[in-house]
Amino acid sequence: MSRPLPTLEPTAPSSGSWGALRAVFQRDLRIALRRRADTGSALVFFVIVVSLFPLGVGPQFELLRRMGPGVVWVAALLASMLALGRLFADDHADGTLEQLLLSPTPLALLVLAKTAAHWLASGVLLVLISPLLALQFDLGQEAAWVLCLSLLLGTPLLSLIGAIGAALTVGLRGAGVLLSLLVLPLCAPVLIFGAGAVEAAQAGLGVGAHFSLLGAMLLLALLLAPLAAAAALRIALE
Amino acid sequence: MSWTRYAAPQRFYPLAGRMIPWFAVLALLLTLVGLAIGLLLAPTDHQQGEAYRIIFVHVPAAWMSMIIYLAMAFWAAVGLMFNTRLASMLAVALAPTGAWMTFLALWTGALWGKPTWGTWWVWDARLTSELILLFLYIGFMSLHASIDDERRADRAAALLALVGVVNVPIIYFSVQWWNTLHQGASVSLTKAPSMATTMLWGMLVMALAFWMYSIAAALARTRTIILEREHGTRWVRQLMEAA
Repeated sequence: MSRPLPTLEPTAPSSGSWGALRAVFQRDLRIALRRRADTGSALVFFVIVVSLFPLGVGPQFELLRRMGPGVVWVAALLASMLALGRLFADDHADGTLEQLLLSPTPLALLVLAKTAAHWLASGVLLVLISPLLALQFDLGQEAAWVLCLSLLLGTPLLSLIGAIGAALTVGLRGAGVLLSLLVLPLCAPVLIFGAGAVEAAQAGLGVGAHFSLLGAMLLLALLLAPLAAAAALRIALE
Repeated sequence: MSWTRYAAPQRFYPLAGRMIPWFAVLALLLTLVGLAIGLLLAPTDHQQGEAYRIIFVHVPAAWMSMIIYLAMAFWAAVGLMFNTRLASMLAVALAPTGAWMTFLALWTGALWGKPTWGTWWVWDARLTSELILLFLYIGFMSLHASIDDERRADRAAALLALVGVVNVPIIYFSVQWWNTLHQGASVSLTKAPSMATTMLWGMLVMALAFWMYSIAAALARTRTIILEREHGTRWVRQLMEAA
């Protein structure tokens, strides 16, 4: 914590937008790596929430197998809400966000770069740990893979939708709870198709439809969410 | 004289004041007529008995909950694009009425569900999306309430309302699909038995009454918001001294 945070190094004028995007992306990743405790806490939260469920509902594997996909997905939703608070808050506190707004690079692209870095430092970790949690719930090999893949498609979607909420609540008191309040209802479709894919796999049905819908929503969010988040940041900092 | 002349809060304030009694009286009269048709004239349903009569409140409330969200998003978008203060105030004024309508639709739905389905709540697609709609209203109001600067609050909430409008169809269809995947609803709402004409009339009159009430309530709330935000201006001070 004592080391200074990496600052945005000025990019050469010739490097253009691409250079700026790469700089933002690399800086955010570097910050995530240096603040391992912050980055890891969302992951630990995820594991703890999932592990609490068997204590609450009982250890029968039959029950756990049925609940597993939903529990893991809801926990992933909550964990990504927890991580989202950091997406713009620190940059807002130290003034970096205002510099980003002034940069000639389109703000929506910068938001996309920041969201991508944020996802790599939060969502991907959830994806990687999920097979282990699938074991806790005795999901079986195929369902565990489907769970992992559905989170791989779904967590970037959560980060993108969450970026809008994070941008809307940047700098507000009680931003954390408010962020969840705004974003969680919007994430209902992701939860439905994410957990639905695993349940379909458990029932021996095809998972293509679920994955297609998740993919379609991801493409739509990739297109629209950065624009909305950029507009929200301009409103917050005007 | 163009209609945009009333976009100024100062001119809209007295106009709304003159309009509210009309809408309020119409709401009252239509409610009386609608309830008379619904409770006295409409025949007892041969399947559901008397319990069905809650639809004279339930269906109009559910309609209004969705229409008000659209109206709110519309005014929010106008406020965001043209930077008109009054449009944003209208959007903010509509939100609580919309939230109440959503709550009323859920509440009366539960009251109807208990005798008819034997349970207060089922995870039917419509109920679930109505519940999420309530969460969206609450999100809109909480976001607006937690930003101190009015203009920022208006614009941020407007953006959220627009994001919600894009999401509502996705939520509705995903919930519907999720529901059909899990288990069929115990009673299908979509295949409603053909309705007697008096029932339909009762429902339509009540729907009109709800429209009138919502407009009156939103206008009254807009007037309060105008006074609150313009309290420093000379015309409000003159108004207060005259009162």
